[in-house]
Amino acid sequence: MATSAPPSASVEARVEGRRPTLEELKERKARSRQRGQRTGELMTLSLGPQHPSTHGVYRAELDLDGEVIVAVRPEIGNLHRGVEKLCEHRTYHQIIPLTDRLDYLSAFAMNHGFCEAVEKLMGVEVPPRGRYIRTIAHELCRIANHIMWLGIHVMDLGTQTFFCITFRDREYILDLFEMLTGARLTHSFARIGGVAKDLPDDFDYRCRKVIDFIPKRVAEYERIIKYNRIYHKRTKGVGIFTAEDCYAWRVTGPALRAAGVARDLRKDEPYAAYDEVEFEVAVEYNADVYDRFLVRMKEIRESCKIIRQCLDRLPGGPFLARDAAHSLPLKKDVLRSAPAMIQDFYHVFHGPHAPKGEVYRAIEVPKGEMGVYIRSEGGPRPTRVRFTTPSFYHGQAVPALCEGEMIADFVAIFASVDVVLGDCDR
Amino acid sequence: MSDAVVQLLFLIIKALLMSLIIVTMVAFIIYFERKFAGFFQSRVGPTYLGPWGSLQSFGDILKLLSKEDLIPEQADRWVFRLAPYLIFVPAFLVMAVLPFGPVGGEPNLFGYRFDYVIANFDSGLVLFLAMGAVAVYGVVLAGWSSNNHFSLLGGLRAGAQMISYELAMGFSLVGVMLMAGSTNLVTIVDYQAGGFWSWLFIPQVVGGLVFFVATLAELNRTPFDLAEAEQELVAGYLTEYSGMRWGLFMFAEYVNLLVVSGIVATLYFGGWRAPLAVLDFIPGPIWLFLKICVLIFIYMWVRWTIFRYRYNQLMSIGWKVLLPLSLANLVVTAVVVNIFGD
Repeated sequence: MATSAPPSASVEARVEGRRPTLEELKERKARSRQRGQRTGELMTLSLGPQHPSTHGVYRAELDLDGEVIVAVRPEIGNLHRGVEKLCEHRTYHQIIPLTDRLDYLSAFAMNHGFCEAVEKLMGVEVPPRGRYIRTIAHELCRIANHIMWLGIHVMDLGTQTFFCITFRDREYILDLFEMLTGARLTHSFARIGGVAKDLPDDFDYRCRKVIDFIPKRVAEYERIIKYNRIYHKRTKGVGIFTAEDCYAWRVTGPALRAAGVARDLRKDEPYAAYDEVEFEVAVEYNADVYDRFLVRMKEIRESCKIIRQCLDRLPGGPFLARDAAHSLPLKKDVLRSAPAMIQDFYHVFHGPHAPKGEVYRAIEVPKGEMGVYIRSEGGPRPTRVRFTTPSFYHGQAVPALCEGEMIADFVAIFASVDVVLGDCDR
Repeated sequence: MSDAVVQLLFLIIKALLMSLIIVTMVAFIIYFERKFAGFFQSRVGPTYLGPWGSLQSFGDILKLLSKEDLIPEQADRWVFRLAPYLIFVPAFLVMAVLPFGPVGGEPNLFGYRFDYVIANFDSGLVLFLAMGAVAVYGVVLAGWSSNNHFSLLGGLRAGAQMISYELAMGFSLVGVMLMAGSTNLVTIVDYQAGGFWSWLFIPQVVGGLVFFVATLAELNRTPFDLAEAEQELVAGYLTEYSGMRWGLFMFAEYVNLLVVSGIVATLYFGGWRAPLAVLDFIPGPIWLFLKICVLIFIYMWVRWTIFRYRYNQLMSIGWKVLLPLSLANLVVTAVVVNIFGD
């Protein structure tokens, strides 16, 4: 028999509202990963790259003892497109559409991270309206990403209906993006020194309707999921990854916050308009799959709060920096004024002027911390760009996350840390 | 013509008709499953072929028949070909013992007696359990012979799953057997004559629920669809099957759904009998059909609503919850039947 130790032992140890200490968490983790007697006969299962729940083309070789995973060997790189190398042959403006293709589920967040880094390198000041619009778009991304995550995570646990419900609700966010940027998936909306367009006329009204609606939907999701016994049995005490483990494997974002660490770059190193709005960092303490779900649901609510505050306080003025050396001119001015036309030619045919130096800037994207490193020798193109994207670190932590768990939990845990392979392999 | 010849003729006609009805019904059950799944998921489901897409299943069958029949090189070819039939045939056989109208009594058709059951024999319920057990061989062998690790895991899961739920399923049926005093389905339906308050789901509510949950596992449907858990094992034991061989598995799954709904209706909901005496003018087969439809809808509802259990959780449910419950039900039923019986 593969299963003799009660898997529910770790579930019982979990008391709502009580913070477990690190030692307790470690003990729970050890207990949940020590199932039954091992026969010692291993079977190697090649999971992926084409498998329904590897979220793209992730491949893992699993050594199985019955249904228990003894060892995992992840294989990352099936979707490698050489984005970082491509960046070396493009001007800073031309790199922005490439960043869309990193984490294509939250494309604006990727644009934003890259632009923040370039602005730090060039010393560009973003006007207040640009910062606020960036914050709104970024938080819309976060909502869309978490809603989609929920659908896929729940589908990995075996119910397909819920997936369709969440996709229907994500559609409202995508409609807003379509209105705002003209694209539903790859936005390319951020620009060096601001954003590409101002908010459309009707945006304020429609955005408020959506962010009033989304918390109601989140309450509905929680009503469906939180009181579902099977969901509890499948997620509580599963895939425990303590704060120490997170530090060791550089796991960030909701998975880290579910381990009780209130680390959120929006609060710790504010950028855009995050230091001017009020919000709470969602933290949970049990470090398991269930708490990662709770953290994300809280984050959706906080995102709605942030967007509402941004819409209330949206300042007037330009949304793109008036900085001829580094920013594109407004398109409507290009055919009307000579300086704008010259600026446009300069940026399209030559590129923005960057000083010599190197810079690293990290921001909090929906999946975790995304860092951009740029080294510049001067001129319009970077000599080296490095993206440290959260999915890569989450993907490589899979052995530590899953060894000792069962194969059915592998998919649940893999989904719970939120991996997108475009982001992972770049 | 002598009575024996006529009965033989009736038997052949009934068997042919029943097969035809099952095949047609299954095609529509598949259509309705897809349509309901669509409605549950705010989609529309199939729409193209026939009115509201109702002929979709026939189109699918044509497509599957025209597909290449692939057998993996490393597979155990003989077992690989045998496995679908081991699932397909038992599913059909159970239909033979399911009464769909009155049995015995006066001659009712051209001066001959027409029994509304194909095989009226005493161990009908045992046949149902036996065929359920045989069908698992099909799954295990399909998993084994495919020579694929996903299939193997699916087959092993099916085997372990069967051991966990089949015992509870058998024990929950013993309650019905004790009350009706027979394992003949015809007798069990006769025992439930006289309106819905004499149906067995009222005294056997615990046993009935245990049986329902166990049938979910038998049917490989959502909370317990471990053997073909898509997100974990790609398609479980079906991974290497393609074309009409895969279609046979799919077909057998829905025949099983039909049969199990029929068994639940017969054991706990009065079979072909009307719920009220005033409704007796509606013929028995129609009542059975309606009850089966409602039950099939409930099975679909469950499938598209809830999550999947982990494999060891199904086993602990089978051994720690269902088995004690069905045993308690058995003991209480035995005591009550002994004291208040007759």
